[in-house]
Amino acid sequence: MTSAGPSTAGLGTRRRGLLLHGITGFVLRRSLLGLLTLFLVSIVVFAATQALPGDAARAILGRTATPDSLAALRKQLHLGEPMLQQYVHWLGRFLRGDLGNSLAANEPVTTLLGTRIENSAVLVFLSALISTPLAIVLGAVSARRRDRPFDHAASITMLTLAALPEFVVGLGLVVLFGTTVFKILPAVSLIAPNEAPWTHPKDLILPTLTLVIAVCPYTARIMRASMVEVLESDYVEMARLKGLAEQRVVWRHAVPNAIAPTIQVTALNLAYLAGGIVVVEYVFGYAGVGSALVDAVHNRDVPVVQALALMIAAIYIVLNVVADVAAILVSPRLRTSLK
Amino acid sequence: MSGAETAVHAGAAFQRRPLVLLFRRAWRQGRTRIGVFLVLLLVGTALIGPLFAPHSPSEFVGLPNGGPSSAAKLGTDNLGRDILSRFLWGGRSILGLSVAATAIGLVFGVTIGLVAAYSRSILDDVLMRAMDVILAFPSIVLALVAVATVGPKLWLIVLTVGITTAPRVARVTRGASLDVVERDFVRAAEAIGESHGRILLGELLPNVTSPLLVEASLRLTYSIGLIAGLSFLGFGLQPPAADWGLMINENRLALTVHPWGVVMPVVAIALLTIGTSLIGDGLSRAAAGIERGGAE
Repeated sequence: MTSAGPSTAGLGTRRRGLLLHGITGFVLRRSLLGLLTLFLVSIVVFAATQALPGDAARAILGRTATPDSLAALRKQLHLGEPMLQQYVHWLGRFLRGDLGNSLAANEPVTTLLGTRIENSAVLVFLSALISTPLAIVLGAVSARRRDRPFDHAASITMLTLAALPEFVVGLGLVVLFGTTVFKILPAVSLIAPNEAPWTHPKDLILPTLTLVIAVCPYTARIMRASMVEVLESDYVEMARLKGLAEQRVVWRHAVPNAIAPTIQVTALNLAYLAGGIVVVEYVFGYAGVGSALVDAVHNRDVPVVQALALMIAAIYIVLNVVADVAAILVSPRLRTSLK
Repeated sequence: MSGAETAVHAGAAFQRRPLVLLFRRAWRQGRTRIGVFLVLLLVGTALIGPLFAPHSPSEFVGLPNGGPSSAAKLGTDNLGRDILSRFLWGGRSILGLSVAATAIGLVFGVTIGLVAAYSRSILDDVLMRAMDVILAFPSIVLALVAVATVGPKLWLIVLTVGITTAPRVARVTRGASLDVVERDFVRAAEAIGESHGRILLGELLPNVTSPLLVEASLRLTYSIGLIAGLSFLGFGLQPPAADWGLMINENRLALTVHPWGVVMPVVAIALLTIGTSLIGDGLSRAAAGIERGGAE
């Protein structure tokens, strides 16, 4: 922590130079660390699914496999070669965008996943688009009515919702709106692989709502904490003393200043959703990467599992880096503490 | 030497009171009591429920997906077994597996966290970087990769969930221990030549129990969700076992006919996770209050 060092007045310009350098340096360091993690993750995925002791081909295809199919799989996975060479081969093909062939569907993994990636992306972004503003308003209002009934009720509700596993939320919504109490929304999202998800808005409602419920509490909690701090600050006091209307003080002066930390949480939430969609898509039969992963695991379709695990981990790592960088960029205190 | 001895005893004294204080403060919060009530209710259902089950969980008592009748008060499941009996039998596995997974995660995480904090060397970086690699997967994806490789084995599920729990526990343990490592009673214990193991378990661990307890309840909530979720996906207990997660999966298609086969286990899992998380929140509020220096 060298923040105490260059705080003398008169070093303004130099400090600015250092600061920029500091941020670039931080982004670089953090990105390299992310790459290193991704590299280690690729080793884990490779080792877990391919470098099994014994005959990996038989382990994957099971006892009923024919000699022909065993030989074909051994060739596809390069099982005859030494382990290191196998890994280099596998990673090399992966980096060129060749994810191999699905064992179950017998077509390239890339064709299989193309539209599913789009479908999942629509779901994730829609959830973030709805949950973030909602959480900001909830957090701001809670902070504004701190320790009053609304705040307590919101806090308990958020705590309760955050505790629930996603599939419990999803099934709860299905029972509530799809099958039993009100039959107004489809309980499953049957979107054909070649259709764009937004042409079926009704099918999107329940899965999106499930994900919104899953991430909203975290953002709201951060927003509330940040807003409580801002509302106690001098400039809000100043705005009040100037005689501004309370509404204006809250929404024009306090909220824009309190919003910064939610940017980081939103990035973290998106990362979280990359994993959260697995169960939620399965609940609704939504044709995305999550349900594809579950299917692939059921079929022990190793190339698809590898591709999806690595892809989800990559998205997760990138978004975590983005979250860290965002945290630095939006909070001056952290920014100046950088070397 | 006697100075060091006194400091060691001071270390021991420094540890005991806060835990009692923590529980007393946590209990004063309404949410902790509600949480404890919910957890006791669900644990009770899981443990002694089977004694009250009218049928065996695998017995066929009627037609598949039958409505409530005198033989099956909540109807029958997809194969004609009694939903109520299967519900009463189905809590043990989720409870047992998630407690075991959390315990594994705690043991690994605490050990790694303590060693990392105490080592003050490159080992710290190596250990925490390794934890980052595990954290680079969403837990469920790591579990699915493992299942795709080995198959849906229970030990595997418990182990993977435990392993995905460990990094977060390790971070909390390390973070809390870093302060304690610098305290005089640790130096004193080193001076009188206590072994590293005894320093970690006897001096450091007792002083980080409050944050660990909070984290443990969080991790338990998370493990329950993850293990129930994996069961629901069909990778946990295999048929014909009675298990809440598996039950939901089996009766999902009958949801439009009659909902009890899904609603009962869903509500049970929901109340259980809400309970553990309320306890966790109560503990964390109590810990925060104590940290702020409020006297009893």
